[in-house]
Amino acid sequence: MARTITYREAINEALAQEMERDDSVIVMGEDNAGGEGSPGEMDAWGGVLGVTKGLYHRFPGRVLDTPISESAFIGAAIGAATAGMRPVAELMFVDFMGVCFDQIYNQAAKFRYMFGGKAVTPVVIRTMYGAGLRAAAQHSQCLYPLFTHIPGLKVAVPATPYDAKGLLTQAIRDDDPVMFFEHKALYDVAGPVPEEGYALPFGEANVVREGGDVTIVALGRMVHTSLEAAEQLAGDGVQCEVVDLRTTSPLDEDTVLESVEGTGRLVVVDEAHPRCSMATDISALVARKAFGALQAPVEMVTAPHTPVPFANTLEDLYVPDAQRIANAVKATAEWTR
Amino acid sequence: MTDTVDQRALTRGQLLSAYRMMRTIREFEERVHAEFATGEIPGFVHLYAGEEASAVGVCRNLDDRDTIASTHRGHGHCIAKGVDIGEMMAEIYGRKTGSCHGKGGSMHIADLSKGMLGANGIVGGGPPLICGTALAAKIKGTGGVSVAFFGDGASNQGTTLESMNLASVWNLPAIFVAENNGYAETTSSTWSVASDNIADRAAGFGMPGVVVDGFDFFAVHEAASEAIARAREGGGPTLLEMKFTRYFGHFEGDQQTYRADEVEHARAELDCLRRFAARTTETGELTRSDLDAIDAEVAAMIDRAVTEAKAAPPPAEADLLTDVYVRY
Repeated sequence: MARTITYREAINEALAQEMERDDSVIVMGEDNAGGEGSPGEMDAWGGVLGVTKGLYHRFPGRVLDTPISESAFIGAAIGAATAGMRPVAELMFVDFMGVCFDQIYNQAAKFRYMFGGKAVTPVVIRTMYGAGLRAAAQHSQCLYPLFTHIPGLKVAVPATPYDAKGLLTQAIRDDDPVMFFEHKALYDVAGPVPEEGYALPFGEANVVREGGDVTIVALGRMVHTSLEAAEQLAGDGVQCEVVDLRTTSPLDEDTVLESVEGTGRLVVVDEAHPRCSMATDISALVARKAFGALQAPVEMVTAPHTPVPFANTLEDLYVPDAQRIANAVKATAEWTR
Repeated sequence: MTDTVDQRALTRGQLLSAYRMMRTIREFEERVHAEFATGEIPGFVHLYAGEEASAVGVCRNLDDRDTIASTHRGHGHCIAKGVDIGEMMAEIYGRKTGSCHGKGGSMHIADLSKGMLGANGIVGGGPPLICGTALAAKIKGTGGVSVAFFGDGASNQGTTLESMNLASVWNLPAIFVAENNGYAETTSSTWSVASDNIADRAAGFGMPGVVVDGFDFFAVHEAASEAIARAREGGGPTLLEMKFTRYFGHFEGDQQTYRADEVEHARAELDCLRRFAARTTETGELTRSDLDAIDAEVAAMIDRAVTEAKAAPPPAEADLLTDVYVRY
C-alpha cells in the first residue's frame, strides 16, 4: 500500500520531482515563494495556500515571485515555453483569468496552429477553482468550461491526490499548453500516492465506482460528492457507476459512452454553472452517440445560473451536495416511459 | 530634419546590408499595396512602409540568440529578423507554401527558428511574451536579448505597462520598442498618449527611455545598439520610442480621411531610404550605383516572390485539422 499524502503535498511532490528531473522546469507566480524584497524570511508562504512551499530553497533561481501582473507573468511563462523552458505558472485563482486571458487563449493556445505547426509551447498554468471556502463571487468559480472550449489548450481537473500528482507530472512533460485546475477545498484531502514519479495520460477517464443502474459522470470535487451519494444510494438498492473525467480536454468519450451503454441512465454532476458546461457537453455527447441505450432523460446536477454567493447558508445551497445528486439519481432510476 | 548621428562606426558591408534590408521591406510593402488592390490578397493587411529604419536599425544589432515579438504591422520586423521573403509572400496569399502553411496570414507570420515569435493580431500581445523569452535567455545564460515592437496604441495597453514593470523587476534582457507612427487606427497618439512622449513612461518603470527619430536609420541603430549592449551585459531593459509616420493607412482599404498631408511631406523630406542614400553617398562610403544595383536586385526578388506565391497551391482540406496540438 502506498503511503498517504494530501492533494496539496501530491502537487508539491510532482513539482519537486519534475524540477529535479528536468532543469528546464521553472515555477512562477504571486507569492509562490513569498517574501521577495521583504525584510523577513523568503519562502514565507510557498503560494497563497502553501502548495509550492519549500521549492524556493531546494531549487535556487527556479522559483520566481512575480508582481501582481497576471498578463505579464502568464505571458512570460508562455514566451519562456516557446524558448525551451517548461514553466509552471500559478494563476492564483482562476477567477483572475479576466486580467490575463488573452495571453492564454489568443497566444499560447493558437501558436501551434496559427504558425503552421512550427511552435511548441509546453507551459502549465496551475489555478485554484471552486466554491466552499466562503470566498464569494470572485474567488470561487469553476470556469474550466471556458478553457475546454478553446482548441489548443488541454484541461486537467484532478479529484484525488493520486490523480493530482500523475496529471500534473503529465502536464509538465506534455508539449502542449495545459490548464491545471486544483479545487481549493481538496488541498487537505489525503489519499494513497506512490513516492516515485509517474504520469497519468490525458484523455483517460477513471471509473471510480462500478454499478449497473445509473451512470454518474463527475469531475473534480464533485467526484467525492458523487461517491458519497452513490454510497447512500447503494443502501437503497440503486447501484451507481461513477466516472471521473480527470481531463475535460482531451475528453474520454469512450468510457462515458461505454458506461451509459451498460446502465442506460445518466446523471452528470458539475460544480460549474449549468449553461455551456461539462454537464451540457456530456449530455449532448450521450444524446448524440448513445441515444439508443438511454432508458431515461439525461439529468444534470449543477450549480445554479448565479454568481457564487458568500453567506454560508447560500453557498451551501449553491454547491451540489450528495442529497441533490441522490435525488436526481433516484428520479432517473425510476423514470419510465 | 537634421541628421545628428555619426554613421562611421558601420562598415561598407554593414551599410549595404542595412540598405538592402530597408529597400526589401519598402519594395515588399509597395508591392503588397499594389497587389492588394487587385483583390487577390485575402484578409487584413497592415503595411510597414515608412517605418523601415526602426525594424532594420534595431534588428541589425540582433543575432540568432535573440528573439523579437511583433505586431499586426509586422512584415518589416519579419524581414529584418530574417524570415524568408518567398514564404512570407506565400503566407500573405494564404498558400500552403507560406511561413505558416496558410494558417496564419499577414497578421501571424512567424518563424521561431529565426527568433521571430510572430506578428500578433492582439494590440499589446507581444510584450509579455518577450519577458518570457528574455527570462529563458537569462536562466540559460545564452546572452540573448528579446525585443518587443509595439505601436503607440499598444503603449496604452496594460499588458505593455505590466511587462515593462516585470522586465525591470526581474532585470531582464528586454528591449521595448514603441513605434509611434502617430495613429492607433484613426486616433492620434497626440491625443491618446497622456504623456508628452511614450518614452517618458520609462521613468515609471525604472528603465532608460529614449526618443528616437524613427526616420533616421543611424539614430535608431545607435540608440538600439547601446540599449541592446546594456541588456546583454545584464544592465536590464530599455524603452525606445521611434517617432515617424506610416505611409499607408491603418489597413489596406483605409481611406485615411483622418490624416493631413503628412505622408507627402515625409516621403519627400524625411524618408529613411532617401536620407540613408544621401548621407552614405555624400560621405563617399557608398555610390549611387551601389544602391541602384540593390534596388534592381530587390525588385526582381519581390517580383519572383509574388509570382511564386500566386502560383503556389492553397492548403488542402486535410490541413484544416492538423497542428492544433503536438499530440491530443
